[in-house]
Formats: sequence, C-alpha cells, structure tokens
Amino acid sequence: MDAFLSMGGYGRFVWPSYALAAAVLAWNIWSALRLQRNALEHARRRVAIARGDADRQAL
Amino acid sequence: MATWTWFHKLSSPPHFYRIAGKMIPWYAIPAAILIVLGIYGGLFSAPADYQQGEAFRIIYVHAPAAWLSLMCYTTMAVAAAVGLIWRIKLAHALAAATAPIGASFALLCLATGSLWGRPMWGTWWEWDARLTSQLILFFLYLGYMALRSAYDDLTRADRASAVLAIVGVVNVPIIHFSVNWWNSLHQGSTVIRKGGPAMPPSMLIPLLMCFAGFTLLYAALACVRVRAEVLQRERNATWLKELGAG
Repeated sequence: MDAFLSMGGYGRFVWPSYALAAAVLAWNIWSALRLQRNALEHARRRVAIARGDADRQAL
Repeated sequence: MATWTWFHKLSSPPHFYRIAGKMIPWYAIPAAILIVLGIYGGLFSAPADYQQGEAFRIIYVHAPAAWLSLMCYTTMAVAAAVGLIWRIKLAHALAAATAPIGASFALLCLATGSLWGRPMWGTWWEWDARLTSQLILFFLYLGYMALRSAYDDLTRADRASAVLAIVGVVNVPIIHFSVNWWNSLHQGSTVIRKGGPAMPPSMLIPLLMCFAGFTLLYAALACVRVRAEVLQRERNATWLKELGAG
C-alpha cells in the first residue's frame, strides 16, 4: 500500500493530478446542475408573472 | 429534405429540451462507468512506463483533459459559426454552454501538465510551443466568456462572441501539430500516430476508456447546460407551462 501511494517517488506529482481531475469533474457536475436549477426557478417566476398579467387583463 | 425537417424539428427549443433531457442518463451513466474503470485500470492494471516510471500515470487525466479542451473549442467554434450563418439560437446556446466546460478542462490540462513536467523535464513551466498555445486556448475561453457577459442583449452577445470563437479556432491545429512543427519539450502523440499507438494494450485500453468517458461526460454536461440556456432564452410561456415549469 505504501509503495502504491508513493508511486515510485512520484506520488507528490501523481496524486495532486488526480485530485485536481476529481475537483474539475465535480465542479462541472455541480455548476451544470446549479445552472439548470436557477434557470428552472427563473422560468417558473416568468410564467407566474405572465399568468398574473393575464389575470389582471381579464378583470 | 428529410434531413432538414429533422434538423429544424431538433432545433426547435421545446423539442430539443425534451430530447436532450431524455439523453442525459444515456450519456452520464456510461461516462461514470468508463471514467471509473479507466482510472482504475490506469492506476492498478497498467504497468509502469520503462522511461517515466509511475509518473506516466498522470496521462490518464492529462491527455483526456487536453483532448476535451480541444474538442470543446472546435464544437464551440462550429456551433458559433452555424448560429451566425443560419441564425439558429440553439447553436449559440450550445456554444455558450460549451465554453465553461472547455475552459475547466484546458485548466486541468495545464495544471496536470505542469505536475508532469516538473519531474520529467525539471520545470513546472516552459514557454514552448505546445504549452504556450494551450495557455492561449485557455485565455480564448476566458475571453469568449468575458465578451459574452459584457453584453446585456443576448443576441448581440451571441454574435460578438461567435466571431471571437471562430477566429480563435485557428489555434486548435496549432496546438495539435505544435510538437511536430517546433522543437518542443512535450512528447509527440502516443495514440494517434503513424504505425499505431505506442503503448501496450494494458496501458492503452484504460486510456481509451478515459477518453471515451470524458467525451460522454461532456455530452451529458452540454445537454444540462443547453437546456438551462434554452430556458433562460425562452420568452414564450406556453411551452414552459407544458414543461411543468409553471
């Protein structure tokens, strides 16, 4: 296990590379989902406003 | 004719929104499986390199990141051109959605390259053709995103940023061929080269899995991001209500 972690002495270059890759993948997933959530929220608000306008015009 | 009907149908926002939504798990699940298997293979089953020892294992995250950064830029430029020429808003949406993904992988490529360069070349950074052109790619992504955010009007943002994306695409072949055209510290191509890949299958197969996994992950991320772009751009409440957004 120690031999695996040390990566033949290159562990301090190999593991940060993999950690950065994991961080970039996680950021991509998180930011895409956050964008989707925000866009849905805004769309809902717009639909609600449009509906309110239509109701007011009907009165 | 049939192709055009199909194309126009797909480029209609509500239709695209539904199709892309259905496609996400079909991209995301194979992407996750391939990336996990590829990384596992790269760390455990691939033998150490005869010259670079264990340090070569950085390739399993570095090369797919490099590939994705170039593929994303090409996709972005082609989508921007399609949007500009045929005035298809969905194409602009795809270009805009691709930029942050490509930028993140360009940065990952530079960072992991630096971590690989230090033990192999004895330096974190060198102003050599491959490294410099890749850094320019990263700045092109940042420039594209900054330009987009400088406009309040989406249509103008689309057009101005599309021109930048198209002009910048000239950098893509420069990056790819830089190791052949100039003396570079960077090694030549390992996979796509004359005489076939310069790797045994136990090294190559995990690498190909990572390439495929990263590419499928891009497809899944692009679907999510373009759907969000479509929602932000859509002013017609009728189909939004049909989508359950109401």
